[in-house]
Amino acid sequence: METLIQQFINGLVIGSVYALIALGYTMVYGILGLINFAHGDVLMVGALVALQTMMFLMGMAPGMSPLVMLAIALLVAIVVCMLLGFTMERLAYRRLRNAPRLAPLITAIGVSFLLQTIAMIIWGRNYHTYPQLISTTPLQPIEGVFVTPVQITIVIASAALMIGLLLLVNRTKIGRAMRATAENHRVASLMGVDTNAVIAFTFVVGAALAAVAGVMFASNYGIAHYGMGFMPGLKAFTAAVLGGIGNLGGAMLGGVMLGLVESFGAGYIEHLTFGFLNSSYQDIFAFIILGLVLIFRPTGLLGERVSDRA
Amino acid sequence: MITLLEARNIGKRFGGLQALSDVSLTIRKGEVYGLIGPNGAGKTTFFNVLTGAYTPDGGEFVFNGSELPVGKPHKVVGRGIARTFQNIRLFRELTALENVMAGHHIRTKAGVWGVLTQNRFTREEERLTTERAYELLKYVGIERFAEVVSKNLSYGDQRRLEIARALATEPQLLALDEPAAGMNATETAQLKLLIEQIRRDGITVMLIEHDVKLVMGLCDRVAVLDFGKKIAEDVPAVVQRNDAVIAAYLGGGKHAH
Amino acid sequence: MNELAAAVPWLGKRNPMAARWLILIIAIVAPFIAWQFGKSWVRILDFALLYMMLALGLNLVVGFAGLLDLGYIAFYAVGAYTFAFLASPHFDVHLPFWVILPLGAGFAALAGIMLGFPVLRLRGDYLAIVTLGFGEIVRIFMLNLNYPVNITNGPQGINMIDPINLFGWDLSRNIQVTENFTINSLFLYYYFFLLAVAASIVFIQRLQISRVGRAWAAMRDDELAAKAIGINTRNMKLLAFSLGATFGGVSGCLFGAFQGFVSPESFSLMESIAVLTMVVFGGMGNIAGAVVGAFVLALLPEVLRDVAVPLQQTLFGHVLLDPEVLRMLLLSLAMILMMLLRPAGMIPARARYSHDHHLSNKLKQGGAK
Repeated sequence: METLIQQFINGLVIGSVYALIALGYTMVYGILGLINFAHGDVLMVGALVALQTMMFLMGMAPGMSPLVMLAIALLVAIVVCMLLGFTMERLAYRRLRNAPRLAPLITAIGVSFLLQTIAMIIWGRNYHTYPQLISTTPLQPIEGVFVTPVQITIVIASAALMIGLLLLVNRTKIGRAMRATAENHRVASLMGVDTNAVIAFTFVVGAALAAVAGVMFASNYGIAHYGMGFMPGLKAFTAAVLGGIGNLGGAMLGGVMLGLVESFGAGYIEHLTFGFLNSSYQDIFAFIILGLVLIFRPTGLLGERVSDRA
Repeated sequence: MITLLEARNIGKRFGGLQALSDVSLTIRKGEVYGLIGPNGAGKTTFFNVLTGAYTPDGGEFVFNGSELPVGKPHKVVGRGIARTFQNIRLFRELTALENVMAGHHIRTKAGVWGVLTQNRFTREEERLTTERAYELLKYVGIERFAEVVSKNLSYGDQRRLEIARALATEPQLLALDEPAAGMNATETAQLKLLIEQIRRDGITVMLIEHDVKLVMGLCDRVAVLDFGKKIAEDVPAVVQRNDAVIAAYLGGGKHAH
Repeated sequence: MNELAAAVPWLGKRNPMAARWLILIIAIVAPFIAWQFGKSWVRILDFALLYMMLALGLNLVVGFAGLLDLGYIAFYAVGAYTFAFLASPHFDVHLPFWVILPLGAGFAALAGIMLGFPVLRLRGDYLAIVTLGFGEIVRIFMLNLNYPVNITNGPQGINMIDPINLFGWDLSRNIQVTENFTINSLFLYYYFFLLAVAASIVFIQRLQISRVGRAWAAMRDDELAAKAIGINTRNMKLLAFSLGATFGGVSGCLFGAFQGFVSPESFSLMESIAVLTMVVFGGMGNIAGAVVGAFVLALLPEVLRDVAVPLQQTLFGHVLLDPEVLRMLLLSLAMILMMLLRPAGMIPARARYSHDHHLSNKLKQGGAK
């Protein structure tokens, strides 16, 4: 029983991070029909920029309260990632909006590897220990079940951000413009929506969420390096597809579900395969789920859109 | 008159929209059959269901005496039904000639092994395919553009090429989806001649068209769809005077567009 | 080999025959030129030929059939591991080269079909991600299948793989012609790989100008219209995946035997991306593009290694960008810039899908009438 609850908690924590990243994928996909392959690497940039900021602050003002330090680092990471999202859209994707269908995707893959390479140049190949500014001393709410304050913070902060995003999209003027653009670019622009600005805004918001997710991800695992964005990026994409790509609620649901499946899967895979496979195969769950969803329900759990319009 | 195609109670629903309900019609061998109706009446949907692009919710097609497979476009083509598209869909990177050659796909056999070894059968088949494709380009009158990449052809020539490509599948029934859309008067007149020629060569033609003059001048019989239902089917002169048809076209207050 | 003429700019268009001869001459003397710069350069050329084969195979899938495959390197891995299992002390099996080669090709083709089935109905961008996932799954298994039964030997990989042996002729042995003249083994491998690449080009060009090639191109340009003229797109996709995989499998076998060891490290996503970049750089959908792309992008990182590293030493006193970083930088920039500035590639030749002599015969007949 304790293991069960423990797996559930672990799954929920990592699932909230996936959900945050998945939102970025799904927003961009909803509006452009583009899989922004580099989204996972924005997360990596966020984590490493925050790390750099924290190191800097520790050197400059060692007496500063850890929470203030974290807030500043987060802010810097968010700003940098927003700029990055804006630049990517402006320099690469915008020019390819009417290109043949493979071109934007290939470019996105190129951008992803370029970001990794640049990160490798700046931060090297090593794994960096991530400063634990929020306590990682586990609490024991139930005997044998451990939860760290970092994990609690992650879940709460993710939930808050997701609610904020839903409000932004559903209740504000720019949100309405986003929905209109997603529905139909041409009509939206005829109605006076500056679709270019809306698309840029979408990238920027997605990048900001990725920055936060990056800091969470690195804090949770305690390490960061140039290639850290790849796997969570892929998994978040899977989550977005699982929930129904283009659908915000779906991305959240998909993220949490994927987190749980992974957590339970890793816990029980050894029993299920009679010891043949162990938890080092954890990463294949996402791919298997992705394959299954795309084969049997390509619209995802909450998606309505037909994936291939004639 | 021999029946070529019989549609029996075809139904198709998209979410809350009944695109086709209980449509039955009969096409006779050798005729030009028009399918008309206001925008959104279900004409293209009917084409898509007939050619296997969509699966119908109910009903069946009987072609040449036996039932057509549903939802398997390539098998429908094999049975002898070819189509064109309302918004032209050519293979843009291929030349005009290669587009038509691709149209021969289902009537040719060369497989990987033959292709890799370039055996006699494959070489001969390839030569014949080229020649027949060229003849078809000539037939529709664009053989001088054989080597032009299809995306660079003029609009009217693209329409003709699409017809040639469909003819390459050696159909008994050629289904044309608004072939005159976007054409000027001269081009439309030429198209009319082409369709009449196709009919003379023994191919039955089914036609979706908005150009009433073309339909009335060309078709032996016409069916009218409105809101997914067949409201009339007869020779053009009779259909023209049908009250339900007039109401559907004038709007009748039921729908505005 | 006709399509290859386009690889030579200017001359290829004006005098394709001369261009073809030029390519042949370059191909034959290349290792001798490389030898002047050192033995390692011949080795690099050998690898460039393997990349060429990979690029040709991937181009068949991506360029001809329009299916963006990001897990292509998995087929290379299948070929390489097949060779390693069947010709090394790991299982103590030592089958002859000519037996393993078709097996490696066959397993890779099978893997291609296995990948093909689930992704048949997917749109281009989903397909890319799923194939990427497939590549990663294969890699994860290579890394971890050393427990509980040791199959792949995990991250260490498999060593001491038998060299290529052509009916008793061991390509890994230098040939001593006279006392002070030996033909280095690297040359033997080079010409053997060159033959393999030439055969690949002939096969792929035959496929391109055929009923099959036209069906792929049709499917790539408009899948719905392809179905509407009777092309069984499901079968054609499976065929593209399995044939593309076959080329990957064959080059994987050659790679395993040539290098003498295989490990999961050689089959990372980066390698899939590298091969894709070669195809994109040269120009998707044409043979000359794949050949040139592979040649340039296999060689350039090595040139950079030799030039940029010492240059940095002298300029900054230490190495800022190590060769691996330079390679990644080069590949990712090549991919982005090509897509933005020159999407048709360096060799933007239109691939032919019909024989022009058939048409000209036809035209002559028409003119005579």
